[in-house]
Amino acid sequence: MSHRLAQGGRLIDRSATVRFTFNGKHYSGFAGDTLAAGLLANDQTLLGRSFKYHRPRGVVASGAEEPNALVGLGKGDRFEPNQRATTTELFEGLVAESQNHWPSLEFDLLALNSLVPQFLTAGFYYKTFIQPRAFWKHVYEPIIRRSAGLGKAPSAKTRDPDRYEQIYAFCDVLIIGGGIAGLQAALTAAQAGVQVMLWEQAANWGGRAPVDGVFIDGKPADEWIKKTVETLEKMQNVRMRLRCMGAGIHDHGYVLGYERITDHTPESDAPRHRLWRLRAGQIITATGAIERPLSFAGNDVPGVMLASAMRDYLVNHAIAAGKNVVVVTNNDDAYRTAIALRKAGIGIPAVVDARTEVEGALVEEARRLGIRILAGKGIRKVIGHKQVKGVEICRIDSKGTAYTEKFDCDAVAMSGGWSPVVHLWSHCGGKLIWDDSRSFFRPDADRPPLGLDGSAFVLACGTANGDMGAVLAGAHQTSLAIARTHQPTASAPAPASDSVSDEAPMEPVWIMPRNAEYDLRMKMWLDFQNDVKVADVQLAAREGYQSVEHTKRYTTLGMATDQGKLSNINGLAVLSDALGQPVPVTGTTTFRPPYTPISLGAIAAEARGALFQHLRQTPLHDWHAANHAEWEPVGQWRRPYTYRNPGETRQQAVNREVKAARENVALLDASTLGKILVTGPDAGKFLDMLYTNMMSTLAPGKCRYGLMCNENGFLMDDGVVARIDAQSFLVHTTSGGADHVHAWMEDWLQCEWWDWKVHTVNLTEQFAQIAVVGPKARSLLERLGGMDLGKEALPFMEWRAGQLGGIDTRVFRISFSGELSFEIAVPASKGRAFWDRLLEEGRDLGVMPYGTEALHILRAEKGFIMIGDETDGTVIPQDLGLSWAISKKKSDFLGKRGMERVAMTDPLRWKLVGLETLDGSVLPHGALAVCSGKNANGQVRTEGRVTSTYFSETLGRGIAMGLVERGPERLGEELLFAGAGNTRIKVRIVDPVVYDKEGARQNV
Amino acid sequence: MLLLTCPCCGITAEETEFSPGGEAHLKRYGPGSTDDEYEAYMFQRKNPRGVHFERWRHSYGCGKWFLAARDTVTLEVFGTYPAQTTEPPADIVARIKLKRPEWEGYR
Repeated sequence: MSHRLAQGGRLIDRSATVRFTFNGKHYSGFAGDTLAAGLLANDQTLLGRSFKYHRPRGVVASGAEEPNALVGLGKGDRFEPNQRATTTELFEGLVAESQNHWPSLEFDLLALNSLVPQFLTAGFYYKTFIQPRAFWKHVYEPIIRRSAGLGKAPSAKTRDPDRYEQIYAFCDVLIIGGGIAGLQAALTAAQAGVQVMLWEQAANWGGRAPVDGVFIDGKPADEWIKKTVETLEKMQNVRMRLRCMGAGIHDHGYVLGYERITDHTPESDAPRHRLWRLRAGQIITATGAIERPLSFAGNDVPGVMLASAMRDYLVNHAIAAGKNVVVVTNNDDAYRTAIALRKAGIGIPAVVDARTEVEGALVEEARRLGIRILAGKGIRKVIGHKQVKGVEICRIDSKGTAYTEKFDCDAVAMSGGWSPVVHLWSHCGGKLIWDDSRSFFRPDADRPPLGLDGSAFVLACGTANGDMGAVLAGAHQTSLAIARTHQPTASAPAPASDSVSDEAPMEPVWIMPRNAEYDLRMKMWLDFQNDVKVADVQLAAREGYQSVEHTKRYTTLGMATDQGKLSNINGLAVLSDALGQPVPVTGTTTFRPPYTPISLGAIAAEARGALFQHLRQTPLHDWHAANHAEWEPVGQWRRPYTYRNPGETRQQAVNREVKAARENVALLDASTLGKILVTGPDAGKFLDMLYTNMMSTLAPGKCRYGLMCNENGFLMDDGVVARIDAQSFLVHTTSGGADHVHAWMEDWLQCEWWDWKVHTVNLTEQFAQIAVVGPKARSLLERLGGMDLGKEALPFMEWRAGQLGGIDTRVFRISFSGELSFEIAVPASKGRAFWDRLLEEGRDLGVMPYGTEALHILRAEKGFIMIGDETDGTVIPQDLGLSWAISKKKSDFLGKRGMERVAMTDPLRWKLVGLETLDGSVLPHGALAVCSGKNANGQVRTEGRVTSTYFSETLGRGIAMGLVERGPERLGEELLFAGAGNTRIKVRIVDPVVYDKEGARQNV
Repeated sequence: MLLLTCPCCGITAEETEFSPGGEAHLKRYGPGSTDDEYEAYMFQRKNPRGVHFERWRHSYGCGKWFLAARDTVTLEVFGTYPAQTTEPPADIVARIKLKRPEWEGYR
């Protein structure tokens, strides 16, 4: 059984007991434990159920690579699924639960899946759930979702109560990994005088060296680590972070770091996570190496662990994973585990070594301790279901038909060799080479990630570089070379000397035994988290999968939350063997950031709630907010949709506003309207290129409506241009289009016609603009005094500057409603005062504000188009009956060539018409006109669609506009529009202008 | 996330401060052009693996457009230069040729 020893444990504080619960049961551990350690100390080895087969699973590893020990952590708003117990530091009151079982962890009915393991082989879902189609949604998917999967997503109703933050930082050298190689690299760089950042994902410095028995300058590594950390902490040019993982290395030295600040001290009011957004001159990856499992039958039974992890728990936490531990290996390193366990008084029935020749210092030491070594042997299978009970041994080269010997044991330590952690090296293009003698991929120094200037910006050192012996000298050299790219004369004292016991060569073993029969291969797990076995990868190869990327997706090997940290190399090797080719020919899958999952909270940080998006507010925003405005987002603006008085429905409010504009006078906050000043000797020539119609002929004091198209000829923006003087025009754009149109102008002026003398300024926010609309508009404005706004003094489509009520204004006599209308621009700072004056003076005239919905209805009654409603990026002006606004005199304008294409002159194009339901109802938004026959895709043929649809208070019925095939030629015809369900709505094609066709009302 | 240097204001900044504008040194074909010319101008883009000339705008800075010579695979930036340039400057071309002898030129 797994238990805590009476002595030892370099990371734990036995004086500080920490209480926690797992599945409601109370446990205690010590400060310095991880959750995994705390559970193992209490002999809780069964931690969860597997993804597909619901197999019992326990802890395999001791760090970020852990595939099995995933738990749901916390409660309520703080619940998080799929948290690794091996990287979760224990704290008082921690609450954890196991995942993916039904009804309980101990008794899981869905474990039946594993009684018929042929049932869920590679590609099972693709092969099985094809027909009938309707079954997928209602039968297959609910069943699969219930039986397969990991943790539950938090409830959609919960809101994360924690804070998260991001920080921007810079350094000359970033070192990722605080083991002894990383510490040495930091020390050298710091002593050489450059700015250093050092990150370590764990809660303590030093990495594996103390556990692996490394000596530095003749003393245990712990002493050197302590001294080096103290030295670094005192240096001004060094910043060090624990619990900070290098998540991803990106272009040009951009690095994301994920710091878990208060996960282990939840009572703290500091931010929970911090995302570092760092620019580093160069980066050293000192990310260490991860041990590989061995593939033998039953290698997933709780109690089977990586030999290195078992050593970690023993040395760091004084936990022995069992009373009797069989060690199985293909290399010398696992002997360290056997030796350490034996010295701690644990029984070692045998070390099972796949190599036929077993010699070397570590082997000799094990022999001296009386440990029995079985050479040329392997584990045939593990006995036990929820817990290891024993192992059967066979010859490594056999088929494993029968066992040669059998051992009782309650844990198995396995080692299949080591793989350098090359993820970060690979994120930004670093290439790998295959090291045949040690059977791993390591960074290829000749093909590193390249930076801004084409030189290497990432270097690896220590075991992450494949240096499996002494590492300090290499780390020192790498770091010094980098420092010298910053300061050519930089120097640093020579490093200390580290030593580990010599190791004999390892021997790759990808399947144990090598010629294992199918029954055994079906029980050899490669990817523990996604339940992918040796037999699955072999099946994929037989079915023709050759690319490692395809095999990954077909079998789901390496696609779980651990991203295959344990399984990738073993899986590649099995695939390579099945394809009869060497591992480097097969290659690896792509390593993508983040290294381990990071929280969405850290990615979002402060950008939530009110800070999620920048909001733009007009000078009248506060008045709207105080007067029942219901908001509508328009670009980044918020505009009042309607002002809903108490007791009114939304539709009643809109109808009231429309009526006021048609019968009395109403005010619109039009400040969001784009206002771009275009000035200079070539301004007219420039606008002639930008608009489809002629602008250069416009006289000062006059206004003209214009259309802007992109080079495809598609309508992009529209609005009124006012000529200010000989050289200046004020261009009005749509509310959402101002920034885009301004950028569009600058693009052409800077990149195509840079010899034209034109200057543009986006003045949108400099002015408040208020539309005064309705038959009584003039009477209201005359009460303010200061300007002659009579029909002769200011005719329709002209503008004048002057004062109204003592405020400087520009009054534009333009109308988007069809009524007598003045749009009045005042300096933004005077907007509120002017608005207040209008409301006050017009009280007896029935003045009221109106919102965007009334604006839409007023313009739709007049058949005026709206960019984004009648246009969708595929509509040309000719489709909208706007040919009158396209100049025939101009030899060129933007979009002219595009409109000349065959498809743009097709007589069958859908064109703008009015649509009138026979029953007076309001058509649904976006409804399609259906007709007989099918299109090329076998769908019902359509001949038109609704682009704008409203209830018209003025006419007392629904009105709509739409685009219909040959529409204007078909006035009076009836169409069928698709309504809700399978209903059909009868509609007559009419003129789009349904109110005051001759325009008498606006021209008074 | 790339680092680019705006040749107008001289600032080296993060990619998020800029807006990309596609391939550089395109010739505009307007009225009177053939369908092939117009199609090439509007739709045909080089998209090479390797040396590429691109339009960028310092949209959250000085607002100026500029051009950049960049390797789309290694992300090395060979240089940036003003938008008011009809072909890549000689010094940038020389730098690219030195580093990419196999490069066939920008046309």
